[in-house]
Parts: sequence; C-alpha cells; structure tokens
Amino acid sequence: MKGRVHSLQSMGAVDGPGVRFVIFLQGCPLRCVYCHNPETWPLGVGKEMDTGGLVQKILRYRSYFGKNGGVTVSGGEPLMQPKFVTELFQKLHEEKIHTALDTSGIVGGREAEVVLRHTDLAIVDLKFTNAEDYREYCKGDYHAVKEFLALTERMDIPLWIRHVVIPGINDNIRDIKELQKQAVAYGNLEKLEWLPFHNMCKEKYQELGMIFPLEKTPALSKEKLRALTETSDISPA
Amino acid sequence: MMAKVHDVLYTKTKLQGGDCMVSAWEDFTIGKWQSEINVSEFIRLNYKSYDGDEKFLAKPTARTEKMRRIYEDLLRQELENGGVYKIDTQTVITPTSFAPGYIDREYEIIVGLQTDEPLKRACNPFGGMRMVREACKAYGYEVSQKIESEFSQHKTHNEAVFAAYTSDIKAARHAGIITGLPDAYGRGRIIGDYRRVALYGLNFLIEKKLSDKNALANNDMLYPNIRLSEELADQIKALKDIGKMAESYGFDIGGPAKTANEAVQWLYFAYLAAIKEQNGAAMSLGRVSTFLDIYFERDIQNGVLSESEAQEIMDDFVLKLRMARHLRTPAYNELFAGDPMWITEALGGILEDGRHLVTKSTYRMLHTLYNLGSSAEPNLTVLWSERLPESFKRYAAKVSCDTDAIQYENDDVMRPCYGDDYAIACCVSAMRVGKDMQFFGARANIAKLVLLAINGGRDETTGEQLGPSLPVWKEEILDYDKLLERIDCYRPWLAKTYVNAMNIIHYMHDKYAYEKVQMALHDSKVRRLMAFGIAGMSCMADSLSAVKYAKVKCVRDPESGLVTDFSVEGEYPAFGNDDDRVDQIACDQVKKFYDELCNYPLYRDAEHTLSILTITSNVMYGKKTGNTPDGRKRGEALAPGANPMSGRDRSGALASLNSVAKLSYDYCRDGISNTFTITPGSLGKNEEQQVTNLVTILDGYFSQKAHHLNVNVLNREMLIDAVEHPEQYPNLTIRVSGYAVNFHRLSKCQQLEVISRTFHSAI
Repeated sequence: MKGRVHSLQSMGAVDGPGVRFVIFLQGCPLRCVYCHNPETWPLGVGKEMDTGGLVQKILRYRSYFGKNGGVTVSGGEPLMQPKFVTELFQKLHEEKIHTALDTSGIVGGREAEVVLRHTDLAIVDLKFTNAEDYREYCKGDYHAVKEFLALTERMDIPLWIRHVVIPGINDNIRDIKELQKQAVAYGNLEKLEWLPFHNMCKEKYQELGMIFPLEKTPALSKEKLRALTETSDISPA
Repeated sequence: MMAKVHDVLYTKTKLQGGDCMVSAWEDFTIGKWQSEINVSEFIRLNYKSYDGDEKFLAKPTARTEKMRRIYEDLLRQELENGGVYKIDTQTVITPTSFAPGYIDREYEIIVGLQTDEPLKRACNPFGGMRMVREACKAYGYEVSQKIESEFSQHKTHNEAVFAAYTSDIKAARHAGIITGLPDAYGRGRIIGDYRRVALYGLNFLIEKKLSDKNALANNDMLYPNIRLSEELADQIKALKDIGKMAESYGFDIGGPAKTANEAVQWLYFAYLAAIKEQNGAAMSLGRVSTFLDIYFERDIQNGVLSESEAQEIMDDFVLKLRMARHLRTPAYNELFAGDPMWITEALGGILEDGRHLVTKSTYRMLHTLYNLGSSAEPNLTVLWSERLPESFKRYAAKVSCDTDAIQYENDDVMRPCYGDDYAIACCVSAMRVGKDMQFFGARANIAKLVLLAINGGRDETTGEQLGPSLPVWKEEILDYDKLLERIDCYRPWLAKTYVNAMNIIHYMHDKYAYEKVQMALHDSKVRRLMAFGIAGMSCMADSLSAVKYAKVKCVRDPESGLVTDFSVEGEYPAFGNDDDRVDQIACDQVKKFYDELCNYPLYRDAEHTLSILTITSNVMYGKKTGNTPDGRKRGEALAPGANPMSGRDRSGALASLNSVAKLSYDYCRDGISNTFTITPGSLGKNEEQQVTNLVTILDGYFSQKAHHLNVNVLNREMLIDAVEHPEQYPNLTIRVSGYAVNFHRLSKCQQLEVISRTFHSAI
C-alpha cells in the first residue's frame, strides 16, 4: 500500500541504535510551539510511495546496518498512517531488519497496537509532564500519550523516552525531575534521552511564510543541559 | 615448531654475508627468504598478529616531548616564513652531496635529514631547471651561479620532454584538458622496498644486482637489454651511495640490521636516500610497520627493549618523516596543495592465507598521531577488510574521529589484484612492493571533454581548436544520444593525445631522471603500470544526466558562435543520491574512457590503469573549465576525486557512498578516491557511538567493493573559525583527496572549496 512520505535520510545515527535509514512521514495532529518540521503537519502532501518500493530502497543500505542498526520511521507523526507503517514493518521483519518507531504517542487505539506488534523499539517523545502544559504548548492530550506509553509497557516493547529541554519553558530542575520520575516508572524503559532545544528551523518557517513561536528563544547550551540532567541519564545496561 | 636461524648452521656457507647475517637473523624462522630476496615470505613466517586493543600503548617519553617541541617550533618558523624555512641554493641534492644534518644530535634515536639542517630545502634540477628557478624566486632566493653552470650542459627531463612533445600535446596541456603531468618535476609514485636494506644489508643487495647484471651477458645486447644493463649499473652505484650516506652518519649498513633500532634506522636511510635523489610528487614509504614489528617483538621478547622504548623509536622515526620537504613552485602548490610528500604507509590488511596483518607496531604507528599530535604526514592508510580484528577497526575509527588524519582502502578488492604484500603510492595507487612500479600520469578533465564535444573541438574559454574540427552544436536543445555520439568522437582523440604525452614523459624520465635508489630496491625485472586519471567525473555525469532528464538549452557567445553557457529547465538526478539513472552514466563513461586508453600501446609494455582522483587539482581544473550543462558556472571547482558535486548529494551520507561504490575497481585499478565529511553529532551522540557507527559505515561501504574513503569527522563552523583564527588551530589536519593536509597550508581558495563541500549532518 501507499503512504505519504515527507523525505528519506539514508543515514541517521541519532534516531535509535546504530546506523539507520530514516523515513519521515507526512501528517501530525500536534502543533508544538518548538516543532522543527512544520512542513510535515499536513497529511495530504508529500511524495506517495508504496511499501514495496521503499523496502527495495532500504535494502540498498542493509550493509551499513551492522548488528544494531535498521530503520526508523519518524515524521510528522508516523501513527497518522498506521496501516502503512504496519505493512512496512512487516516487510522489514521479513528481511530481518530492526524497526524503530519515533512517535509522540498521541495517536493510540487498536491500529497503533497493530503497529507496535511489528515494532522492535518505540522511541516516544514525552513532551510535557502534565495535561495543562501539553495542551498549551502542543495542542494535544497528555493522557493519550500516557495511555500509549502504558500500551508499550503492556506489550513489553523496548522503550526509549526522549524529551526536548526548552529555555524558559521546561529548563528547570523541577520539570526535569518530574519527567525523569514518570519515565523510569515504565518497566520497559531502556533509555532516557535529553535533547537540547535549538532554533535552526527559523529560516524554514520564514520560507513557509509561517511564524516560529519560539523565534526569540535561544538554543539550550550543552553545558546547561548537562548541568540539568547530569544525574538523570539512564542508559540500557 | 619451524626451524630458527641459529639451528641451521649451513646457511652460513650459503650466504655471502656469512656470520653477521646469522647473528642478525637469530630467532627468525628460516625460509627461502634467506637465500633470495623475499621480504614478504620473511614477514609471513615471522610476524605475530595482534588481536588486542590499544591499552598497551606507551605515552611519549620526556625525550619525545622535547623533540616534539623543537619540531613544532621549527614548523612555526617555517609557516611564518611563508611556508619555506630555508633554501640551499649552492648544493644540488643527491644521496651524498650534503653533510649529515641533525635536529638535536644528542637526543635523536633515528638520524638523517635531507640536507644539513632541519627543514632546509634543496635544489633538485634533474627533473627540470625551470621549476627550481621559479621555486627559489617565489621565496626570495636565486639559484647560485654554481648550480646554473653545473646544469648549463646538463639536459634535464623537462627539456627533453618538451623537445619531444607534439603541438597537439602542448595545446591540450595548455588548455587544461590534460594537466598536472610530471613533465617538469620528478614523477614519483615509485615505492622502493626499503625493508630490504634492513633485512639483508646493502652488501647482499649489491651481490644480487651484480649477479642479475652478469646474467644479462647471455642475451643479445639489443635495446631492452642494453638499457637494463645500464640501469643495473646505476642501481648498484645507488646502493653504494646509500652506504656512503649512512657512513657519514657513522653507520655501516653493509650487513643486516640486528636490532629494532637498527632496522628502523637502516630502512629510514634507504628511504632518505630516495627522497634526496628524487623529488617525485609522491614518495611513499610502503608497508613497513608489520615488517618492523618482527624486530620490535624480538627485542622485547629478549628483554632488551621496553614498550616505551619501542614507541620512542617509532615516534622518532615518524618525526623524521614529518621533516621531509621538497622545493616546489607556487604553480605546483596550486595543483597539489599543502606541501604534501605522500609518505604513504599502508597498515593492516589480510594475508592470502587468511591471517590479518595487524601487529602491535600497526598500533604504534597510528599512536604517533597522539604522541606527536595530528599530522598530514606520513599518509597513514588503513587497508580495510571485513576480516580485520574488531578491536583494530575500532581503534582506527577512533583515530579518525580524533585526528581526521587517516584514510581507508579496501584490501578485499586490492588483494585479488596485487597479492598480500602491496603498498599504496600517493593516495590510492596500489602496487606490489619491490615488484611493480608506476608511470604516474596525472589526469584528463572529462567535464571539459563534454564542452569540447559540443563546440566541435574548440576550447570553450579561448576558442582555440584543440581536437578534430566539427561544426559547433547547431540545435538549441542538447540531445542526449547525439551528444554521446559526439563525445564518442572526441574521446579517442583525448585518449591518444594523453597516451602519447605519457609515453614521451616516461621515456624521458627513465633516460634523464632515472630513480636509481628506488629501482635498486625493486626486483631487476619489474611490472610497469601506467597510471592515467580523470577529473570532473561527477560533473560530466551530472551534465549528461541534465541533458537526458531535464531540458538543457545552449547559450551562444554572439561573437565566436561557441556554446558558452546553458540553461537548465526541470530537474535531473544528480550523482551521489544512489540513483541508477545517473550513476550508470558515470560508470559507463569511466569504463569507456578506460577502454579507449587501452587501444593505445604503452612505453615499456606498461599496463594501463586508471584512477578517479584529483588531489586538490579539482579547484584548478574548475578554473579552466567553462559553464557546464549541469548548471555549474565557469571557474567553479569540480568535485574532488570521485565525489559527487558538492551539495548535490542530498539523500544523506549513505546514498552518497552508495553512488561512489558503484564505480568498479575492475577498470579503475589505480584507485577511486572518495572524501567523506560527517559532523561528529550526526555520527553518534558520544564517542563510543561515533566509533561504533563509523566502523559499521566502513564495513558497509567496503562490503560493496568500494575502493577508498577519506574520513573527516568535523563541523563546518570549526573550519570557518580556523580560517579566521589560524593561531587557534595550529595542527588542524583534514583529509582532502587521497591525502591529508594541514589546513593552513591550503590557499584561501582551496580552504573555501573544502568548506563548501558536503558535510553530512542530521539535525
């Protein structure tokens, strides 16, 4: 079947373990103020590709995957096209290729569960730690995300939780500690990754004729991030 | 247990060297290598592979640190002096013409300099006097009357070549469609088997050459035999000269080396004699680390050498190699930027019996990049194989991440062609050590060939008729099939002109600037490879892809009627995105050029080889190439080597690698150079991940039979900052195209080109 693809990146080394082929899909229901890829929001645009053709393309990179690498489907929100992702992951599993789903967890339900059955690693971006903030900064439902995380735990899918630290919004010890507390509560958690906010997408917004709400927010320095998270980085054993 | 030398006394009577050889070879496993020159067998029988990691390596000693400070101080003075520390304009350099030179006699472990002072450069007019005059002038010197008069009656290689060149060749050379030819300087790319001097000593080597020469007496004395006989006489004299040079430093190297220290010193003397005699573009070292390891391990086993002392010897050896210099002109630097010597040392690889060749000394050699700091020389080249031990792969990748100083070449594709004792000359040229030699031949610009074909053989920038005359392209739109036909029509002309130039150059080089020292360290009967090259490969592929998949309109110069520009409507697939539509065009055009070259016979029955390698000449070639149908503007740099055009490989790093991996080594036996730059952050989140991922990428790339990869792990911002604040990055080393340079030795123009290249990054 066909899906709407925003772009392909033949080499990703920061979206899951090892060297990975990364597929960015179109469509996202969230409107995060710090979103770096606003061009992926609409679902009906982008390039139409079918899973078969995509797998053929991916197989050209198989020799680089080594022991740990594989394919990561990101977005946009990949669970906006669950049937497409399911079929793609099924085909990748037939080729014995590791599959990772990079999601916000905002789209749950039965179809998400089907996707997870073919997912080797769920990378979930837990953006905020309470419903209010989630609503305010992402225009989404925090409880849906928590439900999705609980689903991954029930299904025992290895889980990485990611979190973007944004100056002036959540770059404080209280928020960091709360996030850490929520994350480690999941028995399937393997890794908690802190990502520093950066504002390299300013020009992209300009080109799209859009306003970047955090235009004036500075990037978070590595040092600040380290100081905030020093004691809370959890890596798989 | 295999027999050791001391068990077998009869070897005494078999060898001319007698007692001294038996004691020097104590503890070595015996074999044919004792009675015939056979270094590779000696290695196979005696080396000890190492599977462990780098933890055993020793820090620099106080002595090494002191030498490093002296060296860095000299380097600083050299840079402050505009890149040349000093020139001796009185003495023509030969292996024996300079008195011994030292950096700090008391502290040196390995001795020997090209001239009598560190970093002092000398005049070597055998390749050509004009280059020497221009080089001296560029740095405020003048060639002495003494040298001028010595050479006034001496015909140089350069004079001889130009006497024989045809007008076609001169025109093609002038227009920049064939450039960089070694017709005014030493050709280089010859690797003496310097190990022979350490293993056998000079006397044994002289005996062998004498007996080869005497054996010629049984043949008819006609041209090939007369020449060989004269060459062997020259080689014997050269071996004796190496001995005299060593003697001036107080060493008798007539017999074999007895210790690790001696082995390194003997080997270095042989190499030093070569770079005193020749100023070839690339004067590579070969494959010495694993050979030397046998000596290091023997001394360590016998309790006479510690790890720290072993590393100290290696550090001092490498420090000496880093001091090597040739006198070059600014025009030369434009082609081969950064004052390179290409002291290429091949590391690792696999034996044909399946064992890997990584030893502790392979690590020690790489470790000099830490003990002495990062550096462009020696040009450390890891011969990669999927079968290399994992710990060594990781160490090499770590060195890349930390220093950006090393390159990788695929042992699994070279070994079937060159066996398991080959080395790399220059950047990517494989040859069997002591058994093959190369006739180096720079490159032809095939992007310009497309323009020549469109303009009926006329140069698009000057209007000069270079090739056979055809009408200038008449139609407005370029048609793919018709353009291919035109290129098919001009390729034979280019190939033939190129072959003729090369035959002349190498005939004259053999005649007027024969490499006596290096050839003395080869078998008397050698295989010769004639190395052609192409530049502008990806520009040509993209141009043809634009013509095929987009619409390319010709824009004419109203005065000359020549097509001097193009307008491109629509999109076309560009090389570097793993798209067969264009990648296949690249492969076809390379193969066609190689096949065409093979139609013309070569001097001394050499074999045709081809490389896709530009060094840094891609910038200069770009300057000499008009607007191209891919949308590239006149004067803009071509891509280096086989790289995609900068910024056009938009599908990520691996897609870019996959495109280059499609070019087959079968028709590029002289190498396919790819320079790959990735930002540290996109290679992984920490060093551990970066190393793991780089190993995986190298394995993935080379498993597709790709040939070569230069690896840089750095950020563009750092290079931009280094342009502004050079003092903050004194040792900044980067890989450019088959070699590494100190960033500050590049011209501004070359620095900017490096910065404009694709940096693979993920945001």
